[in-house]
Amino acid sequence: MLNYIKLIALGLITLFAMIAASYARDLAYQVHAIIIMAVSAGLFLWTLRNTDEPVPAAVLETSYMDGVVRYGVIATAFWGVVGFLAGTFIAFQLAFPVLNFDWAQGYMNFGRLRPLHTSAVIFAFGGNALIATSFYIVQRTSAARLWGGNLGWFVFWGYNLFIVLAATGYLLGATQSKEYAEPEWYVDLWLTIVWLAYLAVFLGTIIKRKEPHIYVANWFFLSFIITVAMLHVFNNLSIPVSIFGSKSVQVFAGVQDAMVQWWYGHNAVGFFLTAGFLGMMYYFVPKQAERPVFSYKLSIIHFWALIFLYIWAGPHHLHYTALPDWASTLGMVFSIVLWMPSWGGMINGLMTLSGAWDKLRTDPVIRMMVISLGFYGMSTFEGPMMSIRAVNSLSHYTDWTIGHVHSGALGWNGMITFGALYFLVPKLWNRERLYSLSMVSWHFWLATIGIILYAASMWVTGIMEGLMWREVDANGFLVNSFADTVSAKFPMYVVRALGGVMYVAGALIMCYNLWMTVKRSPAKDAAASPAAVAAE
Amino acid sequence: METYSLLREFADSWMLLVLFTFFVGVILWAIRPGSNKTHRETASIPFRNEDKPAASKEART
Repeated sequence: MLNYIKLIALGLITLFAMIAASYARDLAYQVHAIIIMAVSAGLFLWTLRNTDEPVPAAVLETSYMDGVVRYGVIATAFWGVVGFLAGTFIAFQLAFPVLNFDWAQGYMNFGRLRPLHTSAVIFAFGGNALIATSFYIVQRTSAARLWGGNLGWFVFWGYNLFIVLAATGYLLGATQSKEYAEPEWYVDLWLTIVWLAYLAVFLGTIIKRKEPHIYVANWFFLSFIITVAMLHVFNNLSIPVSIFGSKSVQVFAGVQDAMVQWWYGHNAVGFFLTAGFLGMMYYFVPKQAERPVFSYKLSIIHFWALIFLYIWAGPHHLHYTALPDWASTLGMVFSIVLWMPSWGGMINGLMTLSGAWDKLRTDPVIRMMVISLGFYGMSTFEGPMMSIRAVNSLSHYTDWTIGHVHSGALGWNGMITFGALYFLVPKLWNRERLYSLSMVSWHFWLATIGIILYAASMWVTGIMEGLMWREVDANGFLVNSFADTVSAKFPMYVVRALGGVMYVAGALIMCYNLWMTVKRSPAKDAAASPAAVAAE
Repeated sequence: METYSLLREFADSWMLLVLFTFFVGVILWAIRPGSNKTHRETASIPFRNEDKPAASKEART
């Protein structure tokens, strides 16, 4: 019966997408309508072929649902490489403007590719990593199978459809020009549906848990899912100009819009890239170190302090703007206080290794996790410092900001995700061990040196640029024009791009290593394997 | 009173007090006497049920 309802719905969506494609007012909307039409028509055929077929036996609650986690791991690795490549390419575009090819004007110039890069790394790479690891962790720490059956698959495929729509939209010019929230109204609506399904799956699994307590990683994941839902809805309140076009008009205007945007923007960092990834950290670091987290009390205080403080930090993006001083001072103070829980969490993660520091010498995967915590600590010190109004007057609008974001994103988010992937692949594909540990070491050093080149060159160029902009002569006239700073930055831009090349190279080595782990590594003893249990 | 002033006054008085009390309460709850045993138990969750779900609440280890 359910299949008939699905068929009707999918048929209607296909039909509407056909109409929308022909009435489309802009190219991006037209392409999206065609994509949606193809996807829903494909799903229609697939559902049709499975209708009135014998129903497979209900899945027993005696195994974990790992299929969707495996797909999530593959998607994470794939989108990671795509996002890093896009980033490296636009880094070269900044150094060598000729790479903004004439034949690709309007599609592949820096302005179109930059949101593609940020969304690919944050939402595609980071988001898939968060969905996959949260599904893996919530099942293990709740001792219960994922709630909602195929809803988990809907979350995975729905989220990746969102990414495809967002990415193609940027290239074709559909953007609402809000940083990290560029997708237009219909893509936002789709993400809202997928995200609520994600919340339902995650919360459902926690509710039916067999463990009496909710492990701290799940607290972090849950706060990340709920807060991102709230932020996404408020920041994307907009009215479409036409149902057949991608353009929409924001409901908030002026400084209110700016404040909502940075309330969203900074908490995308705070909850998506920090709370969610801390959930990963609190599971994978103890697992890889084979000892429980250093202090569970500290992890509870870490959690509540982090979420109570982060939500207020957004206004530090709006120093010296139309935002009232009291609001930006509030944001600045909370950002500085935030330093404490951040370092509390870092210390908690690092000290988990106490008594097992020798593993750093022998296990490159734990080395990866430890350096990610190191970069977490570094960027959560740098961030509060940059939020101070006086420092911000030097750093804002310069490349220092970009360097700061990347030491957090490449160092903390990237490295902890790589560590999680190296942990997960042998488990999920039932392999004894990774294909090659020396390749993990290569990846580690390439990525680390790449980040150092990136961050160091951006510090130099950012501070230089900030000082050049404010330099005045004896009569009070500005000394440098904007173009002077651009030409002075050239060497640092080249170094930054080379850092990016090293980081991509490391990620490619990882993909090869993970692929060979699945293909070549010896299988674990079949009797004790989860796959064998699932096949019973 | 206009909405802005009303909300502003509420936010930096009662709401601030509520949030701050809740926060302090959480910390006191975390470090309450006798919580060590619970926390040790909870911190060891990742080392159980690695391969398959627990059959029942009692059989979870």
